[in-house]
Amino acid sequence: MSLRAHNITVGHTPGYSLLTDIDLTIPAGSVVGLTGPSGSGKTTLARVLAGLHLPSAGAVTVDGEPLTPPSRLRGRRQRSIAMLFPSPRQATSPRWTLERIIAEPLAVTGTPADQRARTVHTTALRVGLTADLLQRQPHQVSDGQLQRACLARALIQRPRYLICDEMTAMLDPATTAALVHVLIEEADAALGILAVSHDHQLLHAWADTVIDLPELVPRADSRSRCEYPASPALPAQSTHWR
Amino acid sequence: MTTALVEARGLTVRIPTRAGTVHAVSDIDLRLDAGHVHALVGESGCGKSIIAATLCGLLPATATATGTVTLSDGDAVPTELVGTRENQWRRLRGRRIALVPQSAATFLTPVRTVGDQLTETLRHLRSRHTVTSLLIRVGLPDAVAALYPHQLSGGMAQRAAIAFALAGDPAVIVADEPTSNLDPQLTSHVLDLLDDCAHTGAAVLLITHDLAALPTHADRLSVMHSGRIVETGSTTAVLDDPGHPYTRALLAALPEHGLSPPPEMPPELTSLPHYRVTHANCPVSLLSGAPTSLDYRGGRVIRRLIGAPR
Repeated sequence: MSLRAHNITVGHTPGYSLLTDIDLTIPAGSVVGLTGPSGSGKTTLARVLAGLHLPSAGAVTVDGEPLTPPSRLRGRRQRSIAMLFPSPRQATSPRWTLERIIAEPLAVTGTPADQRARTVHTTALRVGLTADLLQRQPHQVSDGQLQRACLARALIQRPRYLICDEMTAMLDPATTAALVHVLIEEADAALGILAVSHDHQLLHAWADTVIDLPELVPRADSRSRCEYPASPALPAQSTHWR
Repeated sequence: MTTALVEARGLTVRIPTRAGTVHAVSDIDLRLDAGHVHALVGESGCGKSIIAATLCGLLPATATATGTVTLSDGDAVPTELVGTRENQWRRLRGRRIALVPQSAATFLTPVRTVGDQLTETLRHLRSRHTVTSLLIRVGLPDAVAALYPHQLSGGMAQRAAIAFALAGDPAVIVADEPTSNLDPQLTSHVLDLLDDCAHTGAAVLLITHDLAALPTHADRLSVMHSGRIVETGSTTAVLDDPGHPYTRALLAALPEHGLSPPPEMPPELTSLPHYRVTHANCPVSLLSGAPTSLDYRGGRVIRRLIGAPR
């Protein structure tokens, strides 16, 4: 039982691969930490595993079955992988209440409204959102509260695997610890988690294994390695100017 | 003796929402000194950003603020910020108090270049600076002026935001989580820039989640919980010898200290029962369990139970 990436080659521009021939396994019930410098492809690999970015070669399997493209995902399989993004503000509709945001996966799968409300309230409580916050819109809550809502939205679909892309980058230590503890309990209940972060101390305290992405790149292929910024002070220029 | 540029006394902010009144900020005493970086930490949702919004006149129109926030820079007559009208704020915002926003990339107009927007800012502020000089000051290449916000990385956008804040030579800079989303190198670069601002005489309020960066980048530190300041003191004193249980809980939540979640969930701050509202010092938090007050001893302020032994 695992979420696996098999020989993934992926890039953003045709003819240039950011990652070549990557293998990664996230066993059910364990936390795999993924780290690496800015621009090394952590987020891209995470998106490939979540089925949000199609690799140019290789395949992703969920418990042995191939991951189908997002547009054709239906029913149970749709809920097998959930993803948390670094900026909750860009991952939520500014016009919806937190309650509606958290309930969206249930609405999509046609859960009756009364049952939906109950599930939303128990899930919200589990991630530390008090009932008064559920009626607010994203601009009326803090980033940490909104990220708690995003975690509730992810957990409410009862996924088998959860991809956390810099989930705690915008959070304070107390919120981070609280959310990580919820996720540790979920992992004990067989959820497989990929935790992408550049916070090494957090990953060492949280993850069962920590993988440094540059080390996953096969030795023979040094090209993508050379693409990493030479100067640590200005990594942005080589990776984000498009 | 340093001069207090901004002094908040008993600042209280209430925000009406559909679900009831939010007790966003309660009874805050805060003092920002020229040439110093004052850090403000606390759990998400505890009211840090509301304090930033109050200092910059950016509270929602429906919010009510009470207490006093006095801005006194130079020989000018001290200005009272609570209750200031929007037309007066236009003479203060950007000129005497500037904000470095949390997600800089979304703060800029997406369809205009950085240089174009910075030029407009400089014209409005009648600033003596140029686009190039400001970009150089924040360590960005000149070419950035020709870029659109989506072409900037997080770190570049954050430095660009500091350039915007510096355009009017403000006496007070409020930086609301300027380094969330940045990796460690970029974080220290941005914090160094804010240190430089303080060295040239500005008072900096640094709202942050990054406790590790505090000893090198902040002179004083206030810890906030559920809308109240629980502890203020020199950064090293507060971190080495936390006086309030919540400060200890916050430090214990750090991965290197065991990643222990805080003992209680952030409390609800909406439509509090009558007795909690009318008693100015009554805690919202279960951590203290009874009315508290701020206990001043030298440079150190700790919120304690009223009548508790020191």
